[in-house]
Amino acid sequence: MALADLALNQPLPMQVTPADWPGGYWWHWLFFTVVIIAFVLIMVMGAIYLERRAMGRMQSRLGPNRTGPFGLLQPVADAVKVLLKENIVPATADKVVHWLAPVVSFAPVLMIFAVVPFQNGALLADLNIGILYVVAISSIATVGVFMAGWGSGNKYSLLGAMRNVAAVVSYEIPLVLAIVGVVIVSGSLSMNQIVAEQDIPYILVQPLGFLIFFIAACAEINRSPFDLMEADSELTAGFHTEYSGMKFAMFYLVEYAEAIAMSAIITTLFLSGWRGPWLPPWLWFIIKTFVVFFVMVWTRTTLPRVRIDQLMGLAWKFLFPLALINLFVTAIQVVVWPDISQWIFVIVNFAIAAVLILLWSKFFKLGQGRIEV
Amino acid sequence: MTVALSAKEIISQLNAKFPGAAEEAGADSVLVKSESLPAVAEYLKTAEGLKFEYLNYITAVDYYSYFEVVYQMTSLESNRSVVLKTRCYTRDNPTVPSVTRLWQGADFQEREIYDIMGITFEGHPNLKRIFLWDGFPGYPLRKDFNR
Amino acid sequence: MTTTREFTLKTEPFVLNIGPVHPSTHGVYRMRCTLDGEVVIDIEPIFGYLHRGIEKLAEERTYTGFIPLTDRLDYISPMSNNLGYCLAVEKLAGIKVPERAEYIRVIMAELQRLANHCVAIGSMLNDAGAYFTPFMYTFRERERIVDLFDMVCGQRLTYNYMRIGGVSQDIPAEFLPALQKLVDRLTRFIEEYENLLKLNEILLARAKGVGILEKDTAINCGISGPVARASGIKWDLRRNDPYSIYDRFEFDIPTCENGDCYDRYRVRIEEMRQSLRIIEQAMKQVPDGPVKADVPHLIRPPAGEAYAHIEAPKGELGYYIVSDNSIAPYRCHIRPTSLINLAALRQMVKGWKVADLIIIFGSIDITMGEVDR
Repeated sequence: MALADLALNQPLPMQVTPADWPGGYWWHWLFFTVVIIAFVLIMVMGAIYLERRAMGRMQSRLGPNRTGPFGLLQPVADAVKVLLKENIVPATADKVVHWLAPVVSFAPVLMIFAVVPFQNGALLADLNIGILYVVAISSIATVGVFMAGWGSGNKYSLLGAMRNVAAVVSYEIPLVLAIVGVVIVSGSLSMNQIVAEQDIPYILVQPLGFLIFFIAACAEINRSPFDLMEADSELTAGFHTEYSGMKFAMFYLVEYAEAIAMSAIITTLFLSGWRGPWLPPWLWFIIKTFVVFFVMVWTRTTLPRVRIDQLMGLAWKFLFPLALINLFVTAIQVVVWPDISQWIFVIVNFAIAAVLILLWSKFFKLGQGRIEV
Repeated sequence: MTVALSAKEIISQLNAKFPGAAEEAGADSVLVKSESLPAVAEYLKTAEGLKFEYLNYITAVDYYSYFEVVYQMTSLESNRSVVLKTRCYTRDNPTVPSVTRLWQGADFQEREIYDIMGITFEGHPNLKRIFLWDGFPGYPLRKDFNR
Repeated sequence: MTTTREFTLKTEPFVLNIGPVHPSTHGVYRMRCTLDGEVVIDIEPIFGYLHRGIEKLAEERTYTGFIPLTDRLDYISPMSNNLGYCLAVEKLAGIKVPERAEYIRVIMAELQRLANHCVAIGSMLNDAGAYFTPFMYTFRERERIVDLFDMVCGQRLTYNYMRIGGVSQDIPAEFLPALQKLVDRLTRFIEEYENLLKLNEILLARAKGVGILEKDTAINCGISGPVARASGIKWDLRRNDPYSIYDRFEFDIPTCENGDCYDRYRVRIEEMRQSLRIIEQAMKQVPDGPVKADVPHLIRPPAGEAYAHIEAPKGELGYYIVSDNSIAPYRCHIRPTSLINLAALRQMVKGWKVADLIIIFGSIDITMGEVDR
C-alpha cells in the first residue's frame, strides 16, 4: 500500500517536467500558464452563464436569453459592462490597501490551479504535496477580503469582512480533516497520484468526508447558504460595496473562480478527476467540474441563509466532530485491514455516515439565541 | 359584534368614581376634562368589568374654537368599545396629558398629532416630530395653515 | 434561550444606519441601530420619507375624489383601503349597499388578502436569504391574481374600484370562471409551497424563536392582524366585529402561541387557505342586481362623525371621518396599521443580531405608504 512509500527515509523524486515534454522546463511552464489562465477565464464565463440560466429555470423564469444565441454572450456583456464603469475610490478609504485587495484575493485562486490535473500527468507542477499546497494557498484569499473590508472605510464592509474571516477560519478545520481522510485512503498528497489511485471514486468510499468537504467548501467560498458575507438583503453588498469598475470585476471573478477551483478540487479528490470511458480525459474533467458546480448552484437557489453564529456553530459543533470521527474510522480501516477490497468499506462507511448524521443532528442545537442586553 | 358603549352607560360609572370629569358628547362618546384624562383612562383600562386594554387609535380634529383629541379603546374579552374625547380651547400651545404610560402604542400616534396638529402631550418620553423635519414651520393639519 | 455576555475586551457600541434606501427594508424606512459587534442593543426608527400629506389632501377632495388617494396608502393591497374608506362614508351617510356589490366586495377583499400575503411571505423569505426563489414562486401566483383585477378594473396596482355605495363597474362575464380556475390552482400551490418550506431546517433555525412578541405587549401596543394572531390574540374583525356580509361565511381564524417569526409565517399561510374558502363560498352565492346604490357623485353626508374599520391583510385599517355636510370631508384620519404594528419593534429586536433584525422586520410586513401617509 502506498502508505509505506511515505516513510521519510525514501524521498520521492520531484517530477517537475515529464521526461517526454518537448522544449524542456520553460516551455512546459509557459504552456500550462497560458492554459490555466485561459481555462479559468473560460470556465468562469461558463460558470456565470450556467448559474444564471440554471437559477432562472429553477425560479420558474427564463434567465438571460437575449445576448447572443441562448444568452451565451451574457458573461461577455457583464464583463464589458463592469470594465466600462468608473473607478470610484471613497475619500475615507485607505488607498494602498483598497487598491491591493483585489490583487491579493485573485492571485491565490489562480495559483490553486497549478496542481490540478487535467489529464494524467498534465498539470503545471506535479508537487508531491499537492493538496497541502492547495489548502495553504486558499487561505490567502481571505486576507484579500479582509483588506477590502478594512480599506473601504465603510462600516458595512468591515462587518462583512469580519464575518468572512470568522467563517473561513472556522471551516478550514473540517475541510482539512476531510482531505486527510482521502489522503489516508489514497496514500499520497499529490493530486495526480490521488486520481490515479481512485479505482472506486472516493465519494463512495468516503461519503461523510465528501459531505463535510462540500459544506466546508461552500462556506469557504461564500456561497449560499453561507453567503452572509455578501448578503444582498442585509448589508448591501458586504465587503465589496465600495468597489466599482475593474476592481469589482476582480472580486466578481474571484467569487466564481474560487467556486470553479473548489469544484475542480472536489472532482479530483472525490469524483476520480479525469478518469472515465470513451471521452478524452480533459473533457471528463470539465464535465465533472460543471456537475459539481451545478450542485452548488442548486443549493444556492434552494436554501435560505444561515446566521453568523449558526454558521460557526455548524462548523465547530457539527462538522468538526464528524470529521474527526470520520478520520478515526478511516485510519482504522486502512491500517488494520489494508488488503480487503474497498467495496466493503463503501458499505460500512455509508452505514456509519447515515447513523452519525442522524444521531448527531438530534443533539445538535443550531445557534445561540437571544443575548441579554 | 363589537358593541359600542353608549355614553349613558359609561357616564354614570365614571361620574361615580371621578365626579364632574365626564359628560356626554354625542350619543357614543364621552367628553373628559384633560386634567383627569390619565386617571379616567387608567380606570377604564384596569377596572373589573371594563378592561379596555386595547387602544384602537388616537386622533385629533381642529374645530376652529377648540382642538379635540379622540381616543377609542376596545375590550377584547367583552367585545365592547368606548370613545373618549378631550378638548383644548387654546390655539397657542394646546396641551393634553399623555397616555403613553398606559398604552405603549400611543407613542407614535401622539408624536404624529404633535407633528401635524401642534398639540403637546405632557409626559411623553420622546415628543419630537415624526414625519416632517425638525425645522418645519407650522403645523400642517390645522385649519389656518397657509395653503 | 438567553445568555449573558461578559466583556473581557473593552468594546464600545457603534451606530449603524440602515436605510432609507436599502434592498431589504420594505419601502423607505430608516433605522439607526446601536450595535455591539453583531448584537443589536437599540434601534431608533425614523419615518417620514414617504409622507405625502394624504390626510390634509382629504380635506380638499370630494368624498368620491378621495378614493384614488386611498389606493396609494398601502399600495400592496389597495382594494382593502378602498373598502375601508367606502364603509366609513356609508356608515356616516347611512347608505345601503346592494347585495351583488357586497359579494363582489368580499371577493375582491379576499383576493387582495391572498395577493398581499404572497408579497409578505415572499419578502420575508427573501430577507431570510433564500435568494429570490420563494419570492418568484409567490409572485408568479400574485401575477395571476393581479390579472384578474386587471380584467375587472383595468388596473394592476391602484385599482380605484370601490365606490361609495358599491363598486364602480360590474364584473365581466369571464371573471367568475377564471376565478374558479385560480382558486383551484392556488389551493394546489399553497400545498406545494408549504411542503417546500414548512420543515426546512435553515428556515426553522432562522425564524423559530426569533423576535418573540408577547401577548400582553401586543395588546398594549395595539398590534393587530397576523402579527397579533401569531402572538395568541384571537381577534379578527371579520369575526369579532363583522362588516359587510362576513357573518354569512364560514371560516376559521388561525392563531399560534409563540409569537415568533415562524408563527407569523404560519398564520399567513393559513389565512391564505381560509381566504380561499371564503372566496369559494362567495362565488356560489353571488346574486344578480345593481352594483352601486343610487348615490350622487358629489355626496354630502349629514354632519357628524363615523369610524369604520376592516380586517385589512396587514391588520386593523380604520377610517375616522368627520363631516360638516359639505362636499369634502372635514377631517379624515386613517388608522395606520403598519405604524401601529411597528410600535413593538424595539422590544422585539433587542438582543438579536443584524440578520435577525432584518427578518423580524420583514415578518411584521409593513408598507411605508401606510406608515407615512
